[in-house]
Amino acid sequence: MAKQKAHISFTLNRESAEVAFAPHKTLLEVLREDLGLTGTKHGCELGECGTCTILVDGRAILSCLMLGLDAEGRDVETIEGMADGAQLHPLQVTFADTGAAQCGYCSPGFLLAAKELIDKNAKPSREEIREAMSGNLCRCTGYIKIYEAIEQAAARMRGEEMELPHESVYGL
Amino acid sequence: MANSQDNGKPLNVVGKPFRKVDARAKCTGQTKFADDIFLPRMLYCKILRSHHPHALIKNIDLTKALALPGVVAIITGKDLPIPYGILPVSQDEHALCIDKVRFVGDPVAAVAAIDEDVAFDAMNLIEVEYERLNTISSIEEAIMIDEPRIHEYGDEANIHKKVSLEFGEVEEGFAEADLVREDIFFYEGNTHLPMEQHAAVAYLDTDEKLTLWSSTQTPHYVHRALTKVLEMPASHIRVIATPNGGGFGGKSDPFNHEVVVCKLSMLTGRPVKVTLTREEVFYCHRGRHPVLMQVKTGVKKDGAITAMHFKSFLDGGAYGSYGVASTFYTGALQTVTYEVPRYKFEGLRAFTNKPPCGPKRGHGTPQPRYALEVQLDKIAEELRLDPAEMRRQHLVKPNTVTANYLRIGSMGLGACIDKIVEGSEWKNKFSWNVPQAEATARSGPGAVATGSTSDSERKLPYGKGIGIACSSYICGAGLPIYWNNMPQSGVQLRLDRQGGVCVMCGSTDIGQGSDSILAYIVAEVLGIDPFDIRVVTADTDLTPVDLGSYSSRVTLMTGNAAIQAAERARELLTIAVAEKLKLPIENISFAERRAFDVENPEVGVTFAAAVVLAESKFGTIGTVGSYSPPRSPGKYKGAGVGPSPAYSYSAAVAEVDVDPRTGIVTVERVWIAHDIGKSINPMLVMGQVEGSVYMGLGEILMEEMTYRANRNLVHKIPSLLEYKSPTTMEMCDVKTYLIEDPDPNGPFGAKEVGQGPLLPVPPAVANAVYNAVGVRIDEVPIMPEKVLKAMRDKAKGGSGRFGPTSIPSVNWPEPLRVLTPAEGGDGREMPSVAVHS
Repeated sequence: MAKQKAHISFTLNRESAEVAFAPHKTLLEVLREDLGLTGTKHGCELGECGTCTILVDGRAILSCLMLGLDAEGRDVETIEGMADGAQLHPLQVTFADTGAAQCGYCSPGFLLAAKELIDKNAKPSREEIREAMSGNLCRCTGYIKIYEAIEQAAARMRGEEMELPHESVYGL
Repeated sequence: MANSQDNGKPLNVVGKPFRKVDARAKCTGQTKFADDIFLPRMLYCKILRSHHPHALIKNIDLTKALALPGVVAIITGKDLPIPYGILPVSQDEHALCIDKVRFVGDPVAAVAAIDEDVAFDAMNLIEVEYERLNTISSIEEAIMIDEPRIHEYGDEANIHKKVSLEFGEVEEGFAEADLVREDIFFYEGNTHLPMEQHAAVAYLDTDEKLTLWSSTQTPHYVHRALTKVLEMPASHIRVIATPNGGGFGGKSDPFNHEVVVCKLSMLTGRPVKVTLTREEVFYCHRGRHPVLMQVKTGVKKDGAITAMHFKSFLDGGAYGSYGVASTFYTGALQTVTYEVPRYKFEGLRAFTNKPPCGPKRGHGTPQPRYALEVQLDKIAEELRLDPAEMRRQHLVKPNTVTANYLRIGSMGLGACIDKIVEGSEWKNKFSWNVPQAEATARSGPGAVATGSTSDSERKLPYGKGIGIACSSYICGAGLPIYWNNMPQSGVQLRLDRQGGVCVMCGSTDIGQGSDSILAYIVAEVLGIDPFDIRVVTADTDLTPVDLGSYSSRVTLMTGNAAIQAAERARELLTIAVAEKLKLPIENISFAERRAFDVENPEVGVTFAAAVVLAESKFGTIGTVGSYSPPRSPGKYKGAGVGPSPAYSYSAAVAEVDVDPRTGIVTVERVWIAHDIGKSINPMLVMGQVEGSVYMGLGEILMEEMTYRANRNLVHKIPSLLEYKSPTTMEMCDVKTYLIEDPDPNGPFGAKEVGQGPLLPVPPAVANAVYNAVGVRIDEVPIMPEKVLKAMRDKAKGGSGRFGPTSIPSVNWPEPLRVLTPAEGGDGREMPSVAVHS
């Protein structure tokens, strides 16, 4: 059962990385199984649920639909690289603080999709957030806390403080 | 009970929107789910599943598969001959089928290999010879067709369970009624669809201790099942529930894949992992039962119910699972919202050759709730009553016992209705002048949407509608799955001399935040910060038993156990601190990580110093707390399902837009009020309410488990793409009201929120659809084609109703008769009378 392993070099979470793997593997499998980065999740492995979303060259992609081989020379960002050292990304803080992560299984995918959104659009409207997140499924939250977390993080990144409305936290 | 209000002491933690204690791990990729576990020399398991819905296994040939390099072991049914099942009365599953398969997806053989690809290839080399059997595809067939039997047990050939209960003389009640309605409804099955596929890793180490890590909601029950099936002492088995990536009830059974990896590890001496594919998760199922229902309700002119007779027919799929409980649940909670003085329930669960159904969020109650609330809407229309006011007037009273002997404590449904009626501007929007819609629907697609002329008094334009529904849910099942006199929940606290506090409990966090609830409650009682606390849960080696995350039991039961454990620890600390400070015991209070004199707060010691004082005086500080629900007043056979320490209440108004050209229903907004008792953390409560509305929308608008319309019973859509569930684009705006009416049985007065708020959403939407376009869709989900069909029927002069029109004819057993409390009953069944003398 000798398998010819493929070998790639690429940028992974701002560091140069090399990895060898069975050439048919998806980038999702390479990240999880060959690089030990299990923060990226699988929900369907068919490109249907958005759970395995990562950033490649700053764009949100489904890592279950990309071959590991195609990551050669690319700039890949996963949930493990989202924080700046010990400093969490504002989205990670607000997702945690607002209850946008319930079971947390879809959260890495949402966080990276949201990062792409606010990297490109510093002040997204609720409608723009809805549309940008429409490729990611969450079965726990009903998405509302996710919208609020993204709005709050975007505000903080613009240097504005935004408290969640009282009704979002305590009800009407 | 250990329900501490701390003598009016202000609450520092309870009621505050702290983040969850594990929230940051979940946002940084650090949370380890079961499939994130990789152990040295780990093998990978794949399970061969039947592609026949019903067949005898004649022969299994492993020769080719075993010859594949990289294959380490293969097992079949004969390796695991002992049956198991979640309920003691339904021990009808084998980890791998022995002589017969019962649905497409039933497991037949399991491979352990050095990687997943080899395991997959080996699985496909296993040769199974089947002899096909005729299938049972529906409730009707199960009732009519005796042979072949799917199981050799059950009340009749293919009828798993048949129950009949009567509380008071329902016929007398119908005779007193001014109006008696009889309606038939069907609620299609749907599935949990957790984002995380089930996964498990097992390892039998060389000291003969077996560890199973699994995405299970019920590690204690899995522990028990493994002990039985593997014939291994429980003391040698450790079950660790990994954080569940969503459960919703779908990870509450002991599963074949869990047993299989344990056995494979025992045979190979290596760790073995299994991760189900998304397709396999659809076969695991245990989701919402399809239920056909007939409801007969008698009412007075003001809408007061005089009697109700509810019949339910459940399509159980191929195994028992929780089905007997599910059956009783379809008949249990009709009585806890509005007064139902006389009540009769007949329920039947059928075996069919489909993936087994079980508990999904609301377990057995969303289906009857939908039927009841839509029927009440029809009743209100016939009586020309406002459906919100009609419901409001006939609520069950707090601190009473229902006709079927459920003890109601706090009851905040009236306040819930008031909030949503006001918030939704119900009175400005609702009227019974529902559209006639002749002009539009007759001309079909492309026609211009205009209501008929009789719409002149409508308050909303044609196509826009508003509907209301209410509901209730249990806060924990009153009885455990297996009969015993032990607590349902245990908590152990360990305080160390550095001031560290560790809380240990068998409860399982499935994303709802149960780990955090333990930390908040212990922090409140001990006056420390919740983030100071180490929470250890769901590990049968380390944590006292909690029965699991099901039946909305966790906050109430673990919360009360945690209060007891924490109060016992605080008592030890209080004695030691009082002695040191030479103060009376009642002067010592705990807050802000200090123990201090209430009369002179600057006199005190740090929390850590208080632990040192207590440890010096008493030795190592550890306390326990436990919780057992109060005994239910119901003593009749079947009274075990329905009782609960408390009932939560919800009410919802839905506003919809129905496109008369396409039949597409868009839910624009839901106003929902939930009687939570007391929010331990309002932010988490909000999240549960919003998530429940979401899941309810999915059920009413699109989600369904359907099978190909031939006798092969292959799931039509076992994928996330084709099994439609709401994305951000389908999710509506939600306006949430939290009603706090503390319940004496709840920790700090808290009741459940994980399941109850789903219940009113489907019927509120169905009632709003009627209000919008004048058609009744008496079948869930409300797909566009059903709406169009009903509109065309109405345009042709028909009733404008879509839904089932008949129920199967069944020889029901003579009902178990129980006098109601109002009739002077004692909760026991009456002696049976021979009626056919």
